[in-house]
Amino acid sequence: MPLQQKIIAISISIILFMLIIDLVRRRMLREEYSWLWLLTGVVIVLLASWHGLLISITGLIGVVLPTSTLFFFGLLFLIIINLYFSTKISGLYDKVKDVSQEVAILKMELDRLVDSESKSD
Amino acid sequence: MNLGHRALSEHRNVLIVIPAYNEEKNISSLLETIRKKISEIDILVIDDGSTDRTARVAEKAGALVVKLPFNMGYGAALQTGFKYALMKRYQYVVQMDADGQHDPGSIKALLDEIRKEDVDVVMGSRFFGNREYKAPFVRRTGIYIFGKIASIITGQYSTDPTSGFQALNRDAVRFYASPFYPVDYPDADVIIMLHRAGLRIREIPVTMHARKEGKSMHSGLKPLYYIFKMFLSMFVTLLRNDRFVRRVEKKEG
Repeated sequence: MPLQQKIIAISISIILFMLIIDLVRRRMLREEYSWLWLLTGVVIVLLASWHGLLISITGLIGVVLPTSTLFFFGLLFLIIINLYFSTKISGLYDKVKDVSQEVAILKMELDRLVDSESKSD
Repeated sequence: MNLGHRALSEHRNVLIVIPAYNEEKNISSLLETIRKKISEIDILVIDDGSTDRTARVAEKAGALVVKLPFNMGYGAALQTGFKYALMKRYQYVVQMDADGQHDPGSIKALLDEIRKEDVDVVMGSRFFGNREYKAPFVRRTGIYIFGKIASIITGQYSTDPTSGFQALNRDAVRFYASPFYPVDYPDADVIIMLHRAGLRIREIPVTMHARKEGKSMHSGLKPLYYIFKMFLSMFVTLLRNDRFVRRVEKKEG
């Protein structure tokens, strides 16, 4: 891998890394989710600086160009992270549903309670 | 008679659950008819984030009204009613639609059947027996196919597995209020889930009418999604092995 590519790959991942840490610091990203993104950064640095690893993976999965390997894993990673978020959204949907149902019921109960109080006064 | 002014702890032992979305034109006549046909019941209308005056109209007609903060869909609205029924320990629950398709005259038949205590869910079928109901072709085909599948899986003949006109006892209500209940499009797959949960189902004939006002929930591209969802849901239900525990050890009083 040419030096130019290496510099770009490594600096992009360092910027990504700093951005993630900063987002966590400012509480805009929960620690729970940050590990996935930090892992991405580490993998990019690893693949960019360790050319031998990239070549051996390329050979392992039977791809001709090392760049294809990068794209392949990049896409795979995006698909997995999307799936992961879909499960998170499903979970959140259930929670929002339960909370809304309970709030609606409690609100009706409260209204009736207030009504009967003001009636008996 | 206004339910709102009775003491909070008092209630009857039957609850009618009616999810309603923009049904201000249908709801008051429906509630009136129910009251006329059958007394000694509580009626709970779940206003599913309607943009019209559904909630106010229902309240005026003397029903309990739960107002969901936003539109959550038929299943989630329905489940709200079951959760309320469970919380208040109602003995029996009847679920029906607000659009006037389900004839209030059939409530009594459903209740009579569930009161026999040898079944957990009584489903009202529009095809079983006689009945004047004529569903559109696509809908009829769908009902037929899913009925066949449900029959094969549960080993029980079902003529109208998509019916939303049902009476339930407390065990069934507990199931419907649990996370096992599929809140997006509860439909034919519910029969299979009920069967897997060990709940007993029976069908009886009821009267259904064509829609009066408003739009059906089965319109546009939704039938396609519906078919896909039914197949997926039935399939994964069979793959699951988490079992809902039907009976509580100690019967609640």
